[in-house]
Amino acid sequence: MSWRNKLAGEVDDPMVAEALRNFKASVDAWSDAAYSRPRAGFTAARRTWRLAATLAMGCLLVAGSVTAAVVERHHQQELAHEAAIKAAAQKAALEPAPAAQPADSNVQVPNVRTDAAAQPAAASATNEDADLLATVDRDVSREVPAAMDPLAQLMNENGSN
Amino acid sequence: MPDSPLLDSRSIRHENECREPVNLRLMDTSTKSMAAGTAVKPLTVEAAEAIAAHDFAGIVESHRPQIFRFLLASLRDVDLAETLTQECFLKAHRNWKHFRGDSSAMTWLMRIAINLQKDHWRNRRLQFWRRTQANAVDVDEASEWLPNGERNAEQQILAREQVAQVWKAVGSLSGRQRTVFLLRYVEERELSEIAEATGLSEGTVKAHLSRALSRVRAELRGKR
Repeated sequence: MSWRNKLAGEVDDPMVAEALRNFKASVDAWSDAAYSRPRAGFTAARRTWRLAATLAMGCLLVAGSVTAAVVERHHQQELAHEAAIKAAAQKAALEPAPAAQPADSNVQVPNVRTDAAAQPAAASATNEDADLLATVDRDVSREVPAAMDPLAQLMNENGSN
Repeated sequence: MPDSPLLDSRSIRHENECREPVNLRLMDTSTKSMAAGTAVKPLTVEAAEAIAAHDFAGIVESHRPQIFRFLLASLRDVDLAETLTQECFLKAHRNWKHFRGDSSAMTWLMRIAINLQKDHWRNRRLQFWRRTQANAVDVDEASEWLPNGERNAEQQILAREQVAQVWKAVGSLSGRQRTVFLLRYVEERELSEIAEATGLSEGTVKAHLSRALSRVRAELRGKR
């Protein structure tokens, strides 16, 4: 039985009947469209999965950032430590060594100034010391006879005899 | 009739409904067996439960769109209608054993849906924020849904206006009037079925329908 025939006795006004028919068609169309859309359960599951993925990505990002920051900080600390060691070594090298007086009183060792500005002067003084020591060694070696000289003289004497 | 738990309880119901192919086949077989004078092998409890579950799945498949449509028209909220439809079938599944088949499955399901809807409105009154009201679609949006058919643009606009006016009139009805109106003019239920689903007498149903129609008529004429 059609809708029109079924309700013909109840709705005598054709305009109301038409409106009711349109109303039913509208509700049917809306219901069909809403019923055939993806179920809320699936949508919720998809939303949950997306939320979990976003959270995981966020955690990964935060962990990566923190790790990078820690590594960078550690690297900076190592560099600072190395620089400090180097500076301390330089400082120790530039500090005046305990004054070792040479055995020879003729040798004059110039005083090394402790400040860093006097570094070229200290270097030139060291060179002078080295030259002086070389001169002393040469003089001393001249006074010592050559090792083969006595034997050579003996041979000469035997030959002449 | 043999002493089978299934045929004892279910076949009576399906004599009324005659919708489920499984039981129809079963009844057919048993009738033939009886006619041939052979003994019918009684079903086990597991088999009976499996067939009952299959029955219920068929009921869900065939009646779910109608229940959803009724709830959607009543609430104008797609999400809420889906939720209440699920609750309706959950409740029906729990009470499936107690369904005696006095009425059709559709009437029984409709009664559950009406009660759920009443519970929802009752609970909603206690809510301060009234979140569901915010989710409900307004009249203009609801009247957007209209099949094109063979109408021209002018007829489409006219039909849309009419639908909006009917929605407005439905919105001004009392809960009971709205239920009766929707069951009659959207679900096309018989007056006796409406009376059974709502728990009202047929006379009361007619009175509610008459008032609802008067309201719709007044709305349509007022906007003319």
